[in-house]
Amino acid sequence: MGEFAAVQAIWLREFKVFTREKSRVISSMASPLIWMVLFGVGLNGRVDIATPPGIDYTAFIFPGVLVMSILFGSIFYGLYIVWDRKLDFLKEVLAAPVSRPSIFLGKVLGGTTDSLVQAALLLTVGALVLKLINPVFTGISPVGALLALPIVLLVAMSIASLGLGIGTLFDSFEGFQVIVSFLAFPLFFLSGALYPLEGLPAFLTVLTRLNPLTYAVDLLRTLLLPGYVAQISPALDVGVLVVWTVIMLGFGTVMFQRMK
Amino acid sequence: MPVIATHDLRKHYGEVKAVDGIDLSISEGEIFGLLGPNGAGKTTTLHMLATLQRPTSGSAVVAGFDTVKQPLKVRQRVGMVFQEPTLDSTLTGRENLDLHGRLYGVKGKERPGRIAELLKLVDLEGRADDFVKHYSGGMKRRLEIARGIMHHPEILFLDEPTLGLDPQTREHIWAYIEKMVAEQHTTIILTTHYMDEADRLCDRIGIIDHGKIIALDTPENLCASLGGDVVKLRMANPTTKPFEAMKFVKAAEIKGNEVLLTVEDSSSHLAEILQRSDGVQHVELHTPTLNDVFLKFTGREMREESGEGGFLADYQASQRGH
Ligand SMILES: Nc1ncnc2c1ncn2[C@@H]1O[C@H](COP(=O)(O)OP(=O)(O)OP(=O)(O)O)[C@@H](O)[C@H]1O
Ligand SMILES: [Mg+2]
Repeated sequence: MGEFAAVQAIWLREFKVFTREKSRVISSMASPLIWMVLFGVGLNGRVDIATPPGIDYTAFIFPGVLVMSILFGSIFYGLYIVWDRKLDFLKEVLAAPVSRPSIFLGKVLGGTTDSLVQAALLLTVGALVLKLINPVFTGISPVGALLALPIVLLVAMSIASLGLGIGTLFDSFEGFQVIVSFLAFPLFFLSGALYPLEGLPAFLTVLTRLNPLTYAVDLLRTLLLPGYVAQISPALDVGVLVVWTVIMLGFGTVMFQRMK
Repeated sequence: MPVIATHDLRKHYGEVKAVDGIDLSISEGEIFGLLGPNGAGKTTTLHMLATLQRPTSGSAVVAGFDTVKQPLKVRQRVGMVFQEPTLDSTLTGRENLDLHGRLYGVKGKERPGRIAELLKLVDLEGRADDFVKHYSGGMKRRLEIARGIMHHPEILFLDEPTLGLDPQTREHIWAYIEKMVAEQHTTIILTTHYMDEADRLCDRIGIIDHGKIIALDTPENLCASLGGDVVKLRMANPTTKPFEAMKFVKAAEIKGNEVLLTVEDSSSHLAEILQRSDGVQHVELHTPTLNDVFLKFTGREMREESGEGGFLADYQASQRGH
């Protein structure tokens, strides 16, 4: 099938670009580690949150920081389409005998693959760092880390779709700061990445429950932190993430079809 | 059966009528040139034919399919070399071609061979595995042309294909275009601002301005339509009197100390003209070129300037003034 070959071609191209932009890979690793070490360690023992024994604050925010790095990485990956269009490179792809949904899918898969590689690296390095900071920490189990990857995949896929969809509306980088301030930051801070979900003021409880990333953070904590008690049932977490991802894929597809 | 047929094709951007009612019929194996000043609507026309832009009204059938109703069918059969650069600079030259091949369904088994063949054609074999961001402007252009023909399109759109190329490479590319037409009956529509390119390649030329085709014919007929050659005589006492009775002199005019004559078949009549005129100090003969045709219809020069063009330009500008 021609469409399949095209999806594969675009996917391959995105992955090649990713592996060639070493600075992107390095910075995507650096910022989560900085958060863990400089923010997490700074607050370790000072914040009074009921974490299970063996889980200090740094370990507690690690799954949130992982989601953060996927969130920002994927949203910028998506918005990057503005750049492709500006450089006119996308014209060549848009002129090909390939349907828009296939082009979109290739792009999403490319971004998702990048995120999975980043997440795998981060899980490995993060696990070592956590162990170094807190010798009592029981550690991240290999099974937990493997099970975390499909969750990362859903987050990456949905956010890359969101970024790509929004990116079709822009023809310059102005306005990007607005998206970062009013979309990426709220999604991050309202995901419970930095604080537990219980005992929040009512408005924050509502907002966190409306944020699909809340479910990803909760599920990742359950998978990665031994002894952590899920705040939301894992089945609901998975359900919400799957539905959200499907909606975002639909959104991105529609936006791609409307793109000039 | 024409391979490209448009009917009252239009594209309006608000008040701007980029393309304003074009009817074209182009047959298989033809090389058709679209000439026109900047902003005339050439690129917009090509984009509509390649299904990249939707016409405001009118229709186009390309390779047997309606561009609006069956765009993917059209796209499989056409190739496009864009006016502006559209290469992926993070990839190598070879990878750019490979990506294109995959997008256009060139089979995996054929791709490496076809890529090698094209790299050879545009003389980029030695640099195939360098990143495109390290290519010179001309190298990029050559790669884009190679890419445009990679999937053996039935119809090829070339938007100012040899802009910025050195004479040798242009010659190379022209020869290949002619070969494609001869061997594969590829139909080609190109836009150009170069007179030599249009002259060398095009079977027919359409001159477009303000979104309308204002002249369409073979290069020879277009040149002939100017009425003949121009003979310029510098005389001590310029007068048009002796020429008024000559049937082959279509127009005569005094300009300073010179007389300008538009003459049919000047080579056979030059002797008679000189015999009948007194005190001729200097004679120049100018055969009309596409540049003159372009100038007549659009009031502007083509990009490539030659010394003679200037003389005829003045002459025709004054003719239009009458
Ligand atoms: N996307 C657009 N929005 C608004 N106007 C446009 C758009 N694209 C083209 N135009 C206008 O349409 C007209 C024709 O443009 P076009 O690019 O087809 O010209 P062209 O003949 O290719 O010129 P050139 O020789 O400079 O390449 C111009 O007036 C241009 O400003
Ligand atoms: Mg143009």
